[in-house]
Amino acid sequence: MEASFSFERTETIARAVTTTRPSLTYWQDAWRRFKANPRSLISLYIVAAIGLFTLVGPWVWTINPMQQDLDQISVPPGADRRARVVEPHVRWATTETNNTTPSTMSTTPLAVIGEATTQAVRLAWKPVAAASGYRVYRGIAEPTSPDALGLPLTDIVNTKITGFEDRLDLKPRTYFYSVVALGSEGFELREHATLAVKVIRVITVNEAIARGLSQRDGPSLIGETVYLDFHPLGTDYLGRDMLARLMHGARVSLFIGIVAPFLYVLVGILYGSIAGFAAGRWDQLLMRFADFVVALPFLLFMILFKMIFNTEPGESGIFAMLLAMILLSWPATARLVRGQILQIREEAYIGASRLLGAGSMYLILRHMIPNTMGVILVTLTFAVPGAIFTEAFLSFIGMGVAPPNPSWGSMCNEGIKTMLTAPHELVFPAVFISLTVLVFNLLGDGLRDALDTRMRSD
Amino acid sequence: MANSRTNKHAYVRYAVIRLIQGAITVWLIATATFFAMHNVPGDPLMDEKAVSPEIRKNLQAKYGLDRPLLEQYGIYLSNMIRGDFGISYAQENRRVNDIIREHFPVSAILGVLSIVFAALGGILFGALTAINRNRLPDIVIMFLVIMGISVPSFVFAALGQMTLVNVNAFFGTSILPVAGWGSVSHMIMPSLILGLGTMAFLTRLMRSSMLEIDNADYLRTAISKGLPPTRIFLRHQLRNAILPVITVLGPSIAAITTGGFVVELVFAIPGLGRYFVQAVQQSDYTVIMGTTVFYGAFLVFMVIVVDLLYGLVDPRVRLD
Repeated sequence: MEASFSFERTETIARAVTTTRPSLTYWQDAWRRFKANPRSLISLYIVAAIGLFTLVGPWVWTINPMQQDLDQISVPPGADRRARVVEPHVRWATTETNNTTPSTMSTTPLAVIGEATTQAVRLAWKPVAAASGYRVYRGIAEPTSPDALGLPLTDIVNTKITGFEDRLDLKPRTYFYSVVALGSEGFELREHATLAVKVIRVITVNEAIARGLSQRDGPSLIGETVYLDFHPLGTDYLGRDMLARLMHGARVSLFIGIVAPFLYVLVGILYGSIAGFAAGRWDQLLMRFADFVVALPFLLFMILFKMIFNTEPGESGIFAMLLAMILLSWPATARLVRGQILQIREEAYIGASRLLGAGSMYLILRHMIPNTMGVILVTLTFAVPGAIFTEAFLSFIGMGVAPPNPSWGSMCNEGIKTMLTAPHELVFPAVFISLTVLVFNLLGDGLRDALDTRMRSD
Repeated sequence: MANSRTNKHAYVRYAVIRLIQGAITVWLIATATFFAMHNVPGDPLMDEKAVSPEIRKNLQAKYGLDRPLLEQYGIYLSNMIRGDFGISYAQENRRVNDIIREHFPVSAILGVLSIVFAALGGILFGALTAINRNRLPDIVIMFLVIMGISVPSFVFAALGQMTLVNVNAFFGTSILPVAGWGSVSHMIMPSLILGLGTMAFLTRLMRSSMLEIDNADYLRTAISKGLPPTRIFLRHQLRNAILPVITVLGPSIAAITTGGFVVELVFAIPGLGRYFVQAVQQSDYTVIMGTTVFYGAFLVFMVIVVDLLYGLVDPRVRLD
């Protein structure tokens, strides 16, 4: 350490602060922070993808969501679509006279005549001496006892007839046919025979041509294999294409999910800012009314309003749902905005601006709205999942979108009825609802972190 | 001593004011319901069968529908004050009161069970995540929480039912019934499903309130005093962190009752929610009105009860 100090004059001019980077605005800064969070960025991409699916999807996948494909009902994705082209069905005229047993019948009591197709399954059996008639059953599982043979198809009370043609709603799968001999009083005798029959899918030549499944036409097509319409995500219980319905359902669900919050947040901003500016008695009165609307049981009144704005037959019911949601949902935003405005009014920078001669219009546009915008945007994002849930709930209990218009909620409602046999009908719309709600929740989290100044030290 | 008496006085005053406000809210709900229902297109006597004008007139007179609207409103209110909600239009021999009396307890049991389940699970998992912040249990539970918030209740209900079907098929006997109501075993799955969404929400709330307390001065004091960790956790952390969870229990009851509609439908439970949905589908006006007002009153008073309890539990709450 030196003991003596000597003071010298320094140059002060070059010491001024130099800005090396352009200063960031609030929104630029927020965007930078938003980008730094991979979770929010991924959710933004998924939101964009869902938007694309909804808006562009129906232009790419142009199948009509209301068109039924009766050959493929409740078909899961990736199912076999092959079908053989056959001639139109002709009635099995031989049934009544056919008492000559086919050659294969020497070993088995029950046999299929010809080929078992979805058009018809023709059965013939050996006559039973004591029988006064026969009963034919069809089961979808191997019978475990004589009491569980499946669906009774017909009773034949003529002993001369030992054949039956089944044309009842045949699917390409294995059926178990049983024929039971009937006694004189119509009771079932012990004699019965069961046969497993594998049914193959066929399509008549006229239908194949009418649906444009093959380029060729005429009788040359018979015996060929054609492919039925392609359904990437399968079909529902009425044979409608799931992918097309999901896309059109997304339009309904997202329209309500985004437009309803947008509108009621707008109403809330107006109401809240009026209350905030008015202050005093008017503010009290306005906020008491908002408190009352909050106290209404939300979903019950949603249903009541849905009934009031009754939809004419042929309308979709979207407008009614939108209106009911706006009428009931605005108070939360109104309270929030009012609180923000009351708070910002007291801020020092508002006082400073006012001192500098700023008018109230300038204050509102330059200070109040930009400063509440972040909070409002976060509210809006979190409101989307709520609105999607509400739509799904209403459609689920049958008070939502009128059929045949699809929405994700009504698709779930239909899918839940077949969930054990065809789970894909429930799974796809449920996944879409959950994914959309999830990404909007994550997006809201990301936006809040990016926009909320109090979180910045974190 | 004097202070505690004024506190008690303030508390009673607060309770009375809240109850009066609640009664006014219920009256407004009843009024809104009445006028809303009268604006519903069509009328309750409309049927598929064509009814002659005379019969129609007689029916209207029977139900008092031919009187002026304000008189009907007066009758409606005075009946309601006496606790009479009228007769169902769809099931003519049943009073709305009977429907509520018979089916509300079922919904209430379901709701209470799922609230208990949601609160216990929420507090437990929330505390667990906060203790293990940013470690595996926290990440796993918070992922499940996000799933719980994002998946609609009817999907959970369907999945729960499908699970039961598969479990029962696997063991070859009925471990838990798939649907219906009657015994304790019927209640388990539906109340679990019904509580899931609320539990996820409460877990998130509990976690953030635990983390907030981590920075509190009294916690640092307790640690530096050398108190045993379990005592710190139970008396200082958990007890204080639970308070915000109690506040949202009131509004959660609302979420649970409406979620109950779906669970009751899916699990075929004869609760009031299922009857409400049925009444809506049949345009059973008196049942809709009665149930709406009943539910509205129930929710309003549940929120008040929770607020009053909160005032007892936490002396810091400002009573105004």
